[in-house]
Amino acid sequence: MLPDNKQAVTRRLAGCLVWAAVAGLSLWPVLIAAASPYIVGRSAVYIAAGLAGALSLALLFVQPLLAAGLLPGLTGLHGRRWHRVAGFLIVAAVAVHIGGLYITSPPDALDALLLVSPTPFSIYGVAAMWGLVLTVVLVAFRKHLRLRPLAWRIIHNALVAGVVATSVAHALLIEGTMGSLSKIVLCSCAVLTTAAVTLYLRVIKPRRKREALAQKAHGTASDLSARS
Amino acid sequence: MKAPAYNRRSFLIGAGLCSASLIRPPLGLVSAANAATGVAPTASMRGGSNNYSPNAPLVDNLGKGFWVSGTVRKAGGGEPLSNVRIQIWAATERGGEREPSNHGSVLTAADGTFRLEMSQILPNFGQPHAHLAYDDGAFKTVFLRPVMGSRSDTSVQAHFVLASA
Repeated sequence: MLPDNKQAVTRRLAGCLVWAAVAGLSLWPVLIAAASPYIVGRSAVYIAAGLAGALSLALLFVQPLLAAGLLPGLTGLHGRRWHRVAGFLIVAAVAVHIGGLYITSPPDALDALLLVSPTPFSIYGVAAMWGLVLTVVLVAFRKHLRLRPLAWRIIHNALVAGVVATSVAHALLIEGTMGSLSKIVLCSCAVLTTAAVTLYLRVIKPRRKREALAQKAHGTASDLSARS
Repeated sequence: MKAPAYNRRSFLIGAGLCSASLIRPPLGLVSAANAATGVAPTASMRGGSNNYSPNAPLVDNLGKGFWVSGTVRKAGGGEPLSNVRIQIWAATERGGEREPSNHGSVLTAADGTFRLEMSQILPNFGQPHAHLAYDDGAFKTVFLRPVMGSRSDTSVQAHFVLASA
């Protein structure tokens, strides 16, 4: 009884630590951006646009953890349901980001969208936006597209890898309100979790499943031979 | 038989490298454009005209602590141009690039130089930068968008070489 209880408490504590780490890593740069001295003189719309950009970067880090069900309390189906919610939030945050920038300075935003901006990082941002648009199409028309599940997953993962890579390049090259250290740490987290989870869900987990199945088949076969 | 250290091949390679280094940057001592037309006119920069509002008023300053300066010369001969109006705007602590109090004009001195003190320029749309324009008809319009090397810089320079309209 006691060891069981002890185990549950330890698990709970570990869960809290994981959540604290994830929340800290994702919200730290957003809070730094909110407290930045550069927002002096900026309009509320511009401030909101910048924060929405930082928030969507933070969500890119959490998103793979939800897909793999790695966050304590959000495993399996729960994780995937929140993966979908976080997907909506990313799209909403990016819409606020681009819309807010457009309201703040239409010529600068148009230059970026038309790929004629003097700022090299905007090209990465626009590439990430189109990657996100394609991902939305892929998710929204999942049934209509009639792709085989494996094909759908490969396209989804490839698009998302592109979105994360271009978003990170976009964020790192910008001189803005996010702190350099917290920005680099968050970008690294997003890249690492995306890569690790893709590898885990698409390579390691299926292989384990195959091996388990093979072992099971082998087991039943030997059972049968023993019986006969 | 020993090959001589200095022969036709080594001479040709050496001469080729020397002339290449003269033409290409960073040296660029011999330039085809310079040789033909003298000082080449400055081209407008990408995004230079963003948030431009024509005819910014002549001002003594647009705040304190940050200096925008530069020179205005004539294409070809490169002589300094005096009494030329340069319009300047940027995002500062007091607001964005569309804030009217962040727009002002200065006239060049007899030696073709201009300078304007303003509030500290802050990073805007991902880069700390200023906007400058010549748009008065006597010469071809030029829009510049110099980027500060560091966001903590307290000055930025931009130089105009204007071509006749």
